[in-house]
Amino acid sequence: MSVAQQMPVNERGTPLRAVRRNGRWAGYRHLLASRMKEMKREPEVIFWVFGFPLLLALGLGIAFRNKPADVSSIAVVGSEAQSVIGLLEHSPRKASIKADVLDEAAALKGFRVGKYDLVIESDGKGGFKYVYDPARPESVLSRAEVDHALQAAAGRQDALSTVTVVSSEPGSRYIDFLIPGLIGMNVMNAAMWGIGFAIVDMRQRKLLKRFVATPMRRSDFLLALASSRLVLMTVEVGMLLGFGALVFKMQILGSIPTILLIGASGALGFAGLGLLTASRSQKIESVSGLINLVMMPMWIFSGVFFSYERFPAVIQPFIKALPLTALNDALRATILEGATLGAQSGRLLVLALWGGISFVLAVKWFRWT
Amino acid sequence: MPTAIQCRDLRKTYDGKVEAVRGLSLEIQAGECFGLLGPNGAGKTTTIEILEGLLAPTSGEVTILGRTWQKDSRELREWLGISLQETRLSEKLSVRETIELFASFYSQPRSSDEVLKELQLEEKADAWVGKLSGGQRQRLAVATALVGNPKVLFLDEPTTGLDPQSRRQLWDIVRAFQRNGGTVLLTTHYMDEAERLCDRLAIIDHGQVIAEGTPLDLIERLGGHHVVEFEASGESGDGAALEHWQALPGVESVRHDDGLVCLNVREPHLTIPALLEAVQKRGSQLQHLTTRQASLEDVFVRLTGRHLREA
Ligand SMILES: Nc1ncnc2c1ncn2[C@@H]1O[C@H](COP(=O)(O)OP(=O)(O)O)[C@@H](O)[C@H]1O
Ligand SMILES: [Mg+2]
Repeated sequence: MSVAQQMPVNERGTPLRAVRRNGRWAGYRHLLASRMKEMKREPEVIFWVFGFPLLLALGLGIAFRNKPADVSSIAVVGSEAQSVIGLLEHSPRKASIKADVLDEAAALKGFRVGKYDLVIESDGKGGFKYVYDPARPESVLSRAEVDHALQAAAGRQDALSTVTVVSSEPGSRYIDFLIPGLIGMNVMNAAMWGIGFAIVDMRQRKLLKRFVATPMRRSDFLLALASSRLVLMTVEVGMLLGFGALVFKMQILGSIPTILLIGASGALGFAGLGLLTASRSQKIESVSGLINLVMMPMWIFSGVFFSYERFPAVIQPFIKALPLTALNDALRATILEGATLGAQSGRLLVLALWGGISFVLAVKWFRWT
Repeated sequence: MPTAIQCRDLRKTYDGKVEAVRGLSLEIQAGECFGLLGPNGAGKTTTIEILEGLLAPTSGEVTILGRTWQKDSRELREWLGISLQETRLSEKLSVRETIELFASFYSQPRSSDEVLKELQLEEKADAWVGKLSGGQRQRLAVATALVGNPKVLFLDEPTTGLDPQSRRQLWDIVRAFQRNGGTVLLTTHYMDEAERLCDRLAIIDHGQVIAEGTPLDLIERLGGHHVVEFEASGESGDGAALEHWQALPGVESVRHDDGLVCLNVREPHLTIPALLEAVQKRGSQLQHLTTRQASLEDVFVRLTGRHLREA
């Protein structure tokens, strides 16, 4: 049976009966829902957006976890190694020194690869030789520590009496520094890829052209893309914060709405940049290169993994003008120090300028076909 | 009958170099199924995309349902249903979700269920687009065009690369739309499609209309009614020989095609006896002889000296 026979045949010339009437926002709602469904059904997206940042946080959090800083790993070599061990055993600081006895070659190899902080050799006349690396902080520490332990074991008395207080509060650890940086980086990555890649992909598939061949409002399309970023940003930020709080006992001092508002400013700012990078590219390859080019300086300079204060003072103004720097700083200030939204207005302005200017240029240059 | 689509002296030059469309005029009536037939690179897509308001012409005017793209684009978008030559719809959305998405752009769309049924996609309604066959994808592309309840349907090579059954399914869909009062403009490089589906067509080559009319009219005017093809031993294909065959009774035109001599004839029963006699007189022997109805392919070859496929 042919299709034609199944169709209700209307009188010639009358259009088919319209069955429904769409409201102003029907297109926007469907575009947003489709976008969310598509992302949900893409396993790679789930991994890069959610899995990867968590793995990164976990990996770096463990690698740089604050091990009790005063445990020194040392290698003892030579014929009188056992007497060195014996002296250390009697030291009041023996808990903070872990000593192995080895032959010289193995000890030096272990020292080279960072397994040992220090190598000790007895000179056979009651004296010791230290092999250490002045460029390695833990090596320097270790020498001081071991020297102190040996001298004390040999009977030296402290001339001054001192007291130390241990400070390893949540809030000042590396993981506390890292999590807001990862949130910022993730908001940037997700917004740049989520907008830039998605648009060029749709352009390459001629889907953008197909969309503009309908009465779809172009502003609805862009709004739906931006909205999908905001929804995802909320999930990403919540997830990383929750992860930090649960796994690493991180304390979140700022209010959640403030943190989310800052995240939203970041997501929108980078969405503008993403739109700009995607405004004309016809090929995925070219936009990928462009996105990486834009993000690269920020990975390095914007203080994701380490503080940008380490860079020379002359480039500090340039670093502070980068959108990711503004986002990371604002996130750290609120999450770690409980700063208010108002106190972050300068940084939010940087984000708004980047996003706003990019958006205006993007719309001006944008190609739908 | 009112004019649905009209264009005058369309020109399109890409990058100041490639003249894709060179002075093309068309007038398509409401309720008609009109075809643009031409080989690859003839300028069909460029022409249809200008008419669809997706591409700006270098010069020329377009009127659709009495409106222009400059002034009434919003209204026109509601009235037109468009399927592009190649659109890859999102693979991870289902058929129904895709149709619903397109429906949401129109102020008064048809119901998705009705369209699904009409395009025989009900069974696949919940399947992802990525899992569809070529024919199903093409039907979905047409479904996204029909769901807006259009007055005019534009289809750019709707059946290219499809199997015969899928092609016939699509033809039925187009005919049904037309029966409900719709106007159709389609492009194709299949002459059988143009012949069977279109009320009228324009043959396009190098960005120009080289012939226009109903398929039958074109064949009668330019293809000859019948084609007699033969091969005779010892016959060189030179001009003198061709003139000789041209002089046979009832022959309208003669050409060489791939080692065969092709005669366009009005009445084969007069020509064939004369042909046999002439071959004998010249002392050569027939090695091959067929007669068939003329087709649009013959029209195209007659006009351009090339076949549609290889052009
Ligand atoms: N975007 C473009 N830029 C440059 N040349 C193009 C472009 N699109 C099409 N062309 C050229 O214009 C001519 C007509 O192309 P097209 O309209 O696609 O023909 P058809 O659809 O009949 O195959 C071809 O020579 C093609 O190479
Ligand atoms: Mg084409």
